[in-house]
Amino acid sequence: MAKKVALLQGNQACAAGAVYAGCKFFGGYPITPSTEVAEELSISLPKVGGKFIQMEDEIGAMASVIGASLTGMKSLTATSGPGVSLKQELIGYACIAEVPCVIINVMRGGPSTGMPTGPGQSDVMQAMWGTHGDHAAIALVPSSVQEIFSETVRAFNLAEKYRMPVQVLFDEIVGHMRERIVFPEPGELEVIDREAPTDGPDTYKPYDSTKGQIPPLASFGSGYKFHVTGLNKADDGFPTTKASLVDAEERRQVDKVMDNVADIESNEEYLTEDAEVVIWAFGSTARSARYAVNELRKEGIKAGLFRPITLWPFPTKRTAELAVQCKAIVVAEMNLGQMIHEVERAAKGNCVVAGEFRVDGEPINPAQIMKKVKEVL
Amino acid sequence: MAERYELRFSGAGGQGLITAGIILAEAASIIEGRSAVQSQSYGPEARGGASKSEVIISDQPIDYPKATIVDACLAMTQEAADKYANGIKEGGLLLLDADFVQRAPQGNFKVYRLPIMRMAKEDIGREIVANVVALGAMIGLTGVVTKEAGEQAVLRKVPEAFKELNKKAYNMGYEKGKELIN
Amino acid sequence: MAYDYEKSIRPGKLPHIWCPGCGHGIVMKGLIRAMDTCGLDRKNTAIVSGIGCASRLPGYLDACTLHTAHGRAAAFATGVKMAKPEMTVICCGGDGDGTAIGGNHFIHACRRNIDMTYVLMNNFIYGMTGGQFSPCTPTGAKASTTPYGNPDPIFDISKLAIGAGATFVARTTAAHPREIDKLIVQGIQHKGMSIIEVLDDCPTTYGRRNKFRSVVDMMKHLKANAVPIKAAAKMTAEQLQGKFLTGVLFHDTEKPEYCAQYAEVIKKAQGA
Repeated sequence: MAKKVALLQGNQACAAGAVYAGCKFFGGYPITPSTEVAEELSISLPKVGGKFIQMEDEIGAMASVIGASLTGMKSLTATSGPGVSLKQELIGYACIAEVPCVIINVMRGGPSTGMPTGPGQSDVMQAMWGTHGDHAAIALVPSSVQEIFSETVRAFNLAEKYRMPVQVLFDEIVGHMRERIVFPEPGELEVIDREAPTDGPDTYKPYDSTKGQIPPLASFGSGYKFHVTGLNKADDGFPTTKASLVDAEERRQVDKVMDNVADIESNEEYLTEDAEVVIWAFGSTARSARYAVNELRKEGIKAGLFRPITLWPFPTKRTAELAVQCKAIVVAEMNLGQMIHEVERAAKGNCVVAGEFRVDGEPINPAQIMKKVKEVL
Repeated sequence: MAERYELRFSGAGGQGLITAGIILAEAASIIEGRSAVQSQSYGPEARGGASKSEVIISDQPIDYPKATIVDACLAMTQEAADKYANGIKEGGLLLLDADFVQRAPQGNFKVYRLPIMRMAKEDIGREIVANVVALGAMIGLTGVVTKEAGEQAVLRKVPEAFKELNKKAYNMGYEKGKELIN
Repeated sequence: MAYDYEKSIRPGKLPHIWCPGCGHGIVMKGLIRAMDTCGLDRKNTAIVSGIGCASRLPGYLDACTLHTAHGRAAAFATGVKMAKPEMTVICCGGDGDGTAIGGNHFIHACRRNIDMTYVLMNNFIYGMTGGQFSPCTPTGAKASTTPYGNPDPIFDISKLAIGAGATFVARTTAAHPREIDKLIVQGIQHKGMSIIEVLDDCPTTYGRRNKFRSVVDMMKHLKANAVPIKAAAKMTAEQLQGKFLTGVLFHDTEKPEYCAQYAEVIKKAQGA
């Protein structure tokens, strides 16, 4: 039988991907340009016995998502930059309490209200460093409607596997544009469910590091009684200020991501093998970059594209290798220069690193990128 | 057909031009099985203001999703013509509502006029189908998708009770559009 | 025979952090008795709190306990209850946590009438941070941030809850321990949002700044100014000046409960 196809907005594909991944709870608050994610899920979640709630504010939405996830439900929220700013408090909570959840950020301009209907990519550093305190982050940056579907599924997988919040960031252009999507059949994409504890209720400890870097999380209402807090805690979940325990816990929560970069990382490369100049771009900007690469090649310029799909943890290794191989890396991003700092860090001075930035609500177009490439060569 | 064909539909918010763009994208990508990307930009107004919808159609995968140089543009109001009827390719085409756009933008492209709103109101009897008349006219004018694919896409989008009305609107637009280039 | 509180308390978690004379322990004991009276299965009971002295309460109790962020208890609890309506959900916390930083979550949980019981310990002050004024600190009172007397008017938490749409609202004080569990029991048994406001004492940061010479003084003050709602009906406005009404202040069994409403949404979506 032919697969089901449809012309969908990115935001709609995100909602469909969530349902595919087994998401059963959405807590949100209306905000442009992400609202279609909520609207779609308000229709589709109750159909599969899931729950949709529109909360009183962004913080409440994040709180409801963490609460629902603690009962074992795969949980999601969707918002945009101003909403992510408000959610930071509880994104940190989900980090320290190690509660799986997925946060969609359909990026617009900023700071503050900025340009609600215009695209932006200026929340990428916030995705890593937005909440206070040391923590690891996973952030995915799809660039097509089909990829929004599959990366939303992967976000749930990573959230459940690594027991932490995972953010999916796409700009307004990808969120709102419509493209054909081919719906994967059940079983076609990997769907990872939360690991159940091996210990019974009497001996279970929610942060027992003897079980590995990612101790299994039991569900409220499943026979297990345990304590969850935003305080630094010992392996039994209760608060502690004992230096050695706090240190071990903080490090484990970062190491569980940084020791598994190879599993979390995902990049796409286009014509980088012989590239003299590599355009480093993600989201909708990567689509402009690919167009530019083709045009530049026609003119005899050996250009290539590096497109991170996992933005955090940062693709340090591959970026460093490209810096050694090529003469220049052009970082194109719809902000005033954020990821370029990470690229410069990884490049270690081995090649020229130049940026092409834009924050006027218009996408970075291929002509702009081509001009910058010619400037740096 | 060229590797990449770019269309822009512009008019007042609420005129259904985003829907027209979506229907065209469905005709190309779902019915004809080619690649299409539809995008839009809009202001904070739900009604009024100028809005635009862009559709890129190609036989290859589409990378840059926005218009680079527009092959065919539609402007239903003067404000839309002033704001969005730009970046049109040399030798490209611009279709204007004959009653609502007095001043055509200058450029090296062909300008056509049809009284789209009036056709919808007087000939079809419902102003609301002006977007479908316009869609038909653009397809007739450009041949970017087949007449049948366009009609199928329109009919997929509308409720049963309005199918005849929309079919009539689409076909009238298509014929008038085709007449303009013959 | 002495009441066996031990079986409800997590081994090794006492002593608690509360100061000598603090009323929170009285409320915790009342909550334990109420949970027993209702026959709650602690494996299926979530106790959710925010931040502050009162919000440390869940950590001592043997149940599914969730110590969240400042002010967010009601919103976390809403997620838990929506996801698993078969669980009993109890929130607890203080006045600053629940009605200042958490005020929005508080009123909207009331509005939804989601089935949970919120035990709000109102000791008129931010205790944990050292005695800054809260939305419930009486006008004119001294706090560490009102050295010249508090210029702010107060929130009447029970009135706020009624106005916001909670369907069971009751008030008592830490000086009325038997009424605490009686009201919490009614709150748990009520299907909808129940607010139990317990007027409480903070001798360390409120009492000593406001001319209460001892904990006994504070308890006497709570006792002397509590007027049962039935008795209040026979009193004049003048007689009621400075008093607080206690007992069941509001009880509505008509308004639909939120999770039940959402179950209807699911039925509609599934075409039943």
